[in-house]
Amino acid sequence: MTFELVLFYLFGAILLGGALAMISVRNPVHAALFLVLCFVAAAALWVMAEAEFLGIVLVLVYVGAVMVLFLFVVMMLDINLAKLREGFAEYLPAGIVVALAMATVLVLVITRYITMDAPERAGPEYANTEALGAILYTEYVYPFEIAAVILLVAIIAAISLTMRKRPDNKSIDPGKQMAVSREGRVRMVAMPSEKKEAPRRGAQGSGANAPGRDDGSK
Amino acid sequence: MITLEHYLVLAALLFSISVAGIFLNRKNVIVLLMCIELMMLAVNINFIAFSFFLQDLAGQVFVFFILTVAAAEAAIGLAILVLLFRNRGTINVQDMDAMKG
Repeated sequence: MTFELVLFYLFGAILLGGALAMISVRNPVHAALFLVLCFVAAAALWVMAEAEFLGIVLVLVYVGAVMVLFLFVVMMLDINLAKLREGFAEYLPAGIVVALAMATVLVLVITRYITMDAPERAGPEYANTEALGAILYTEYVYPFEIAAVILLVAIIAAISLTMRKRPDNKSIDPGKQMAVSREGRVRMVAMPSEKKEAPRRGAQGSGANAPGRDDGSK
Repeated sequence: MITLEHYLVLAALLFSISVAGIFLNRKNVIVLLMCIELMMLAVNINFIAFSFFLQDLAGQVFVFFILTVAAAEAAIGLAILVLLFRNRGTINVQDMDAMKG
């Protein structure tokens, strides 16, 4: 048993153990953290298969962004765990039977019909990221652009789905602002000229002016 | 020496576990989404293994696009989930019967 194989079994065991724990824990937060463990173990396996770039991308994008999004959503929602766990024991036999049947069929097919030994390991001068970039930006440049558009669509969809109007929002609607006319804001009032008060009664004079202004606006 | 079967059997077991997870957690939408992520991880392991053993980078390019689409799917799925919880106060799959399907 080579060291490579030992590493493969180690990371494979972590991956499968994490997956089993993920589907069986009570708390969704713990499930998300076990899924992170699965992703990290899978990234290690990908690096062993000379896919270093995708291994790093899996950790950065999945563990760093998607799983954090999952954790945020799980913590934001106030869910009743007991109600969601109803029927867990009820469906346990069915789940185990289906999973075992599926695993048996897949493993039988794989072990009987597919045999392929590992190719020569690439030397230290081989750069996976460079090789991937060389075909990604030439041969696959149109799918690459489409992937960018898909991400843009996802951004717009996620924002427009979750954005809501708050009732106490004081922001200005530019459309209404542009539609305002002079007639809606200013009213010209015909008003007879008033006799000027005596200049000595400063404070009282302003008080006497106020009813006069009211009369004028009526 | 690691052979192709090692990777394929591992991915098959992972896929079966996530199918069992969908059976067990069939009321909790969040865990269902996580099980789908796990399924996609199993498929991606297959792609990477074939890419390595056939010495063809096309498999890795495909995984790259799967990761892109999966990230978009997770973002929109979680947005819909938040919206559902805000409008109905539950994420139980059994309660989502507004369309009488």
